[in-house]
Amino acid sequence: MTAPPSPGPRLRAEDLTLCYDQRTVATGLAVDIPDHSFTVIVGPNACGKSTLLTALARMLKPREGQVYLDGAAIASYRSREVARRLGLLPQSSTAPGGITVGDLVARGRYPHQGLLRQWSADDDTAVVEAMRQTGVLELADRPVDDLSGGQRQRVWLSMVLAQQTPILLLDEPTTYLDIAHQVEVLDLCARLHARDGHTIVAVLHDLNQACRYATHLVVMRPGGVIAAEGDPSTVMTAALVEDVFGLPCRIIDDPETGTPLMVPAAPRRYAPAPAGTAAAPTT
Amino acid sequence: MTAARGTGTPTPGPGPTAPRVVTGRLLRTRSGSLSLLVRSRAVAVTAALLAALVAVMAVTLTTGDFDLSVGEVARALAGDGSGIADFVVNTLRMPRLVTALCVGAALAVSGAILQSLTGNPLGSPDIIGFTNGSAVGALVVIVLLHGSMTQIAIGALIGGLATALAVHLLMLGRGIQGFRLVVVGIGVSALLLAVNSYLITRATFQEALEAQAWLIGSLGNRLWTHAQAIGLAVAVLLPLALFLSRRLAMVEMGDTTAMALGVDVPRTRTLLLVISVALAAFATAVTGPIWFVALAAPQVARRLTRSSGPALLPSALMGAVMLAVSDLAVQRLFAPALLPVGTATGCVGGIYLVCLLVTESRKSRA
Repeated sequence: MTAPPSPGPRLRAEDLTLCYDQRTVATGLAVDIPDHSFTVIVGPNACGKSTLLTALARMLKPREGQVYLDGAAIASYRSREVARRLGLLPQSSTAPGGITVGDLVARGRYPHQGLLRQWSADDDTAVVEAMRQTGVLELADRPVDDLSGGQRQRVWLSMVLAQQTPILLLDEPTTYLDIAHQVEVLDLCARLHARDGHTIVAVLHDLNQACRYATHLVVMRPGGVIAAEGDPSTVMTAALVEDVFGLPCRIIDDPETGTPLMVPAAPRRYAPAPAGTAAAPTT
Repeated sequence: MTAARGTGTPTPGPGPTAPRVVTGRLLRTRSGSLSLLVRSRAVAVTAALLAALVAVMAVTLTTGDFDLSVGEVARALAGDGSGIADFVVNTLRMPRLVTALCVGAALAVSGAILQSLTGNPLGSPDIIGFTNGSAVGALVVIVLLHGSMTQIAIGALIGGLATALAVHLLMLGRGIQGFRLVVVGIGVSALLLAVNSYLITRATFQEALEAQAWLIGSLGNRLWTHAQAIGLAVAVLLPLALFLSRRLAMVEMGDTTAMALGVDVPRTRTLLLVISVALAAFATAVTGPIWFVALAAPQVARRLTRSSGPALLPSALMGAVMLAVSDLAVQRLFAPALLPVGTATGCVGGIYLVCLLVTESRKSRA
């Protein structure tokens, strides 16, 4: 890589002011993505977590501040160069009508190809490897339109993997998936992170999933402010959840993994009513 | 050149590497510096369209009021035909044919690009107002400025480009995506139609006749100057569009995905929009508005090739064949009446549009 020797991590943001549709989402936002981490960003709706992710992927130009990739401002790279180092799975993409799974995954090779060099041996290897990792290799000839939501998400993920970037940004990769498929996708990400040393940054909604999978947790509060970041077991406290989400809760140990598990407090008025009476508030 | 075979099913690829899962046939030089992925179905469709093109050209050039043999036509084209054959081929039939082919190709590619950029089969220059914009430009020249044929063409060109700019501004900087563009475009189109009607009411009888003749797109009396103008536009803009077609295929997946894959989306969109508008405007400037070729040809080509991308080359050939066949039909079926080609494409295209709207509305209800 051509990166100058810099002490900081490969991907970081400094003093970002982010605006979306004339609305200022964040000011003075700074974040470091530790190399080889599985970083998860959580926060209430509209706190700017997806906006931060799109800025990190240079999809949104910051009003002020800079995102740095390998020591240089990300805006100073050619698009194709960024696409060889950093992959993004957006919230929604459109599969071209009638395209097969193999052909769609193959599109992830675009940043490595040219007009006259449309398909190299590396492309074959990368595409098949990506499909093997996500378990969609046997679907290669199927039209993407025929797949279920879970399969489709794995196909899109393979496309990003075929891009073979050391850094992967995932914008709510579990949205619209049922719980089994959510776990499947997150397990896959954890495997990629553990085995290949990918740096993964994901925006997630579910705090418990975030705590279970993240090696580095970033909690944002409305207004695009980072409330806390670090190891999930030290970051995740009942006080923080109440402060950021306004939700009283208890934090216990996840019986499976020992990671923090957030259990929302039950308001007394929803306690079960005595049998035979209407469910009236027991104030 | 070594040709490695890859089919849809995973077959052993070259060397110890993985099986190939992309569809298509791979042509790769030994060094790997040149490698092309070719889809055999697209190649077959392109070849069939080329054959159809040659057939239409042959029929157009040999038949008519004055029948010629293929040999006579070939000699005339080579420049040593008999006086009458030379006149019929090089002055009457060839300019009209070349104009038809180039205009058809230009309209089809314009439609293919716009449909791809909007992600909507209704996003074609005739539906979203560019064609009516060109008509306004031409009518202003005919009715108000009393210009020559060349000036009318320039007026049409300016009208088309100005309409595209207006539609773009009405999108309020939201790019040119999807349904919104189609709706705004249909509105603008209706508005411009009203302007056209108004201009005709202001015209004298003679001007109104000339305007009406121009408004029904026609290939009659086209000269080499027409053929050259549209030929030059196609020769410059079509290769540019083909060069950008890989990026266009990426943009179809959504702006964010395309950008994440390293496509400079805003620049790609702007460039392709300008190419599309220019092709439609040049075509309309030369022949007047010809409806539905831009709408139908790319869709038919895409369905035939089962392409997951914009299929610009098959679209261009399809447009050329469609317009040449339509022109042949109006010349031969309705002779001696001089029916303009716009009526033929209008009839066929109208039926197509109804089918399209029915299937689209069924899809959106599902």
